[in-house]
Amino acid sequence: MLKILLNKLCIVTMSDFFEKSDLSRSDAENIISDTLQKCDDGELYLENSKSESILLDDNKIKNSSFSSDLGFGFRAISDEVVAYSHSNEISKNSLRQSSENLRSTLKSSQGVYNHEIPKSNKRYYDNINPIDQKTLNEKVEILNNVNQYLRTKDKNVKQVTANFLGEQKSIEIIRSGGETLTDIRPLVRFNVTVMLEKNGRKETGVYGIGGRKSYDAYLKNDNWKNVCDEALRIASVNLESKPAPAGEMKVVLGPGWPAILIHEAVGHGLEGDFNRKKTSAFHNLMGQKVASEGVTIVDDGTIDNRRGSLTIDDEGTPTEKTVLIENGILKNFMQDRLNARLMKTRSTGSGRRENYRHIVLPRMRNTMMLNGNHTQDEMIKSVDNGIFAVSFGGGQVDITSGKFVFNCTEAYEIINGKIGSPIKGATLIGDGPSILKEVSMVGNDMMLDPGIGTCGKAGQGVPVGVAQPSILINKMTVGGTKL
Amino acid sequence: MIKDQEYLSEKATYCLDLAKKLGATDSSVVVSNSISETVNFRNKKLDESYRSDNLAIGITTYIGKKKSTISSSNLLKENLDTLIEKCIETTKNTPEDEFNSLPDKDLLANEVKDLNLFDNNHIKNEEKIEYLKRLETSASVNKKIVNTESSFSEDKSNFILANSDGFCKGYKDSSFVASSVTVAKDEKSMERDYEYTNKCHLKDIKDAEVLGKLAADQTIRKLSPKKIGSEKIALIFDKRIAKGILGTFASAITSSAISRGTSFLKDKINQKIFSDKINIVDKPDLLKGLGSRSFDLEGVKTETLNLVEQGVLKHYLIDTYNGKKLNQKSNGRCGGTSNLYFENGNISYKDLLNANSKCLYITETIGHGSNVVTGDYSVGATGFLIENGEFKYPINEITIAGNFKDMFKNITLANDLEFKYATNSPTMMIEGMVVAGK
Repeated sequence: MLKILLNKLCIVTMSDFFEKSDLSRSDAENIISDTLQKCDDGELYLENSKSESILLDDNKIKNSSFSSDLGFGFRAISDEVVAYSHSNEISKNSLRQSSENLRSTLKSSQGVYNHEIPKSNKRYYDNINPIDQKTLNEKVEILNNVNQYLRTKDKNVKQVTANFLGEQKSIEIIRSGGETLTDIRPLVRFNVTVMLEKNGRKETGVYGIGGRKSYDAYLKNDNWKNVCDEALRIASVNLESKPAPAGEMKVVLGPGWPAILIHEAVGHGLEGDFNRKKTSAFHNLMGQKVASEGVTIVDDGTIDNRRGSLTIDDEGTPTEKTVLIENGILKNFMQDRLNARLMKTRSTGSGRRENYRHIVLPRMRNTMMLNGNHTQDEMIKSVDNGIFAVSFGGGQVDITSGKFVFNCTEAYEIINGKIGSPIKGATLIGDGPSILKEVSMVGNDMMLDPGIGTCGKAGQGVPVGVAQPSILINKMTVGGTKL
Repeated sequence: MIKDQEYLSEKATYCLDLAKKLGATDSSVVVSNSISETVNFRNKKLDESYRSDNLAIGITTYIGKKKSTISSSNLLKENLDTLIEKCIETTKNTPEDEFNSLPDKDLLANEVKDLNLFDNNHIKNEEKIEYLKRLETSASVNKKIVNTESSFSEDKSNFILANSDGFCKGYKDSSFVASSVTVAKDEKSMERDYEYTNKCHLKDIKDAEVLGKLAADQTIRKLSPKKIGSEKIALIFDKRIAKGILGTFASAITSSAISRGTSFLKDKINQKIFSDKINIVDKPDLLKGLGSRSFDLEGVKTETLNLVEQGVLKHYLIDTYNGKKLNQKSNGRCGGTSNLYFENGNISYKDLLNANSKCLYITETIGHGSNVVTGDYSVGATGFLIENGEFKYPINEITIAGNFKDMFKNITLANDLEFKYATNSPTMMIEGMVVAGK
């Protein structure tokens, strides 16, 4: 294993991007420095990514696909104005054309380039190519086993979808003056969706695992069976579910993935761009109490091998653990270089982009609520009438009004301190700036999500993580159909 | 300049020939190029300029009933050689699927129709800036507007789809999109809303002043919203939300959802799923239509489908693979619908507002609360309370929920259909849904 790793280390070297091009590294450096001369910031971002998807659906291997993507994005910033140009062709001509495009936008630029960028030697994942570490036949075999296992285990299983998604992304950032920063990022995901049908009723269950390691790190010891069991369990619970209630009530959230609540309710609202533009419901709340005492929320890019972790962000800044809310008080926003400069603070290593086709935006990494000292049991016992939500599909937020939703996929009623029947999936809606003040108990059972989250903003999807302990929310609107 | 047909066809032919040489029994390839130029404004000043030049190629190779695909943005010969080799290798190692095949030859499109989808006009960034200045000046007239963000983009694209049965066709299209997002503020609240215009031809886009004013007006009227109690109440969906409900219907009748059994509309063909008055049409040959096309993603010709006639479901959206599974021929809907719309109802917008003494008018929904398997629907919503046909006050932080099977039967449509998107609906009323609030 070690040997394989050492061999792989040599495959992608820094000169790769210029190897088959008429553009030499020094040509590129000259064009970059000339273009960014009177700009405040900017860089050339080069990216080479390889990804695969192998899908089993309806008893068959439906799709095996491979994709390779190569390109650059050239960015110039003057004061508040960002000019961006990207292309798939890494050539002298193409880079010059982009340069002209940027210059024509920023004609009257009078900035002074900020050469400063923090450095760190820490890495949060290994330099591996997960796609090559497992053969297609091995992947196909596991997918077929998943299908057979689920269909044998429960005769009500009517549909199974399972897939492998693997990726290796190599990036290089060249700044004015030639400073170069690189990163090689592995990412894998393994998902299972199962549909059950019983007495004419259909329900689905979804589960998955993943992160920045090899497939085998997640699938060893037949761990795929646990993924199947969890998807099947969720679907089975939903087969017995009754209509969800409609109206305001107490809500207990389980640990782990339900932290989508934090991502939607406060996470997006604390991204630097919306606060610089004063369009976030949080923009004037810095230093103020935005959550109950005992609530601490961090955004952490430095957890080993996590889906949302990054060694450096997409501007080259090393990532960090940023405290957003400490014991209820708003402490920091998440910043990229542009918004940090304009707000007179520092980048938190949160500048991210989906790929070279997109501009950098401040984004979340792994957003987590830290442990308190209550037990989940205590929370449930304290509720006379409410719901216990364990699993979620996704969420969305209107950062200006602060209203956010998230959709539960596994939930139960709570009656007189006891967990009752499962209820159908429903949307929960709340108000971001006030919801965390309604948190009356924070659990001691913090869990990370299983590594499957993708966050969308301005048309860009980036991998993220969430984590939280169980929490009790005093009052939230549950969007069921039962009045 | 976007790459011309000749360049794209040459790349496509090269790939088909090489795939054949390396052992593919069949293959198909799509090569495309798109160039997009966008200018973004914020608070009457230039904020971003963006130029995007995208080349893309997707190749599918078959060896008998085995199939695999690759895609790339790198069209250099050397890279294509490596990728096609890899694709053939993967195909060999992928299990057979009896339904894998190219489309039937007799279903392939014979012609590229002239649907007037391309406008050769190019607008310089200076002109975009001038448009956005006018837009934002108009959007920020009212003092309550505290932030304006607007955008103007021009897209041009060209593609070639080719397969080893001799199909090789493609065409150019263009789009001009302007949008305005405004934020309004008063003592009690801060709200955001938007308006946009998207056309194939430059001369058809909305006037800048009109667009800015619409966005501002729609935002200001949302200020100081109230939360209402939970109840069963008639809902009126603004056109921009009603089209989403039609979109969910379309995703529930795709042949893949039907053949996999994962749709609440499975086995509903020739059954009544809407009320008598509802007709749904998918029309691919609308001139300048945002969803118009001469053939689908596989090259199969597309004709108008009356998907729902007098409430009865008449067609699924069928592609080649799932069609074979369902024992039906493709109707040219690989990739989904084209210009999909509800035909007009026979009641005016005003009469629709007056149909109930009290109802909610929904202007925005958030969340992904449509479950195509069960038909369950639950989303967050924003809108207005309407009493006796009058807009009373804005409401937010509510959810609306129901099940599509019931919702579809309770739809009443106004007669105000317009073709603003690829999927369009007149203003829609649905009775019997549940609102959750306080």
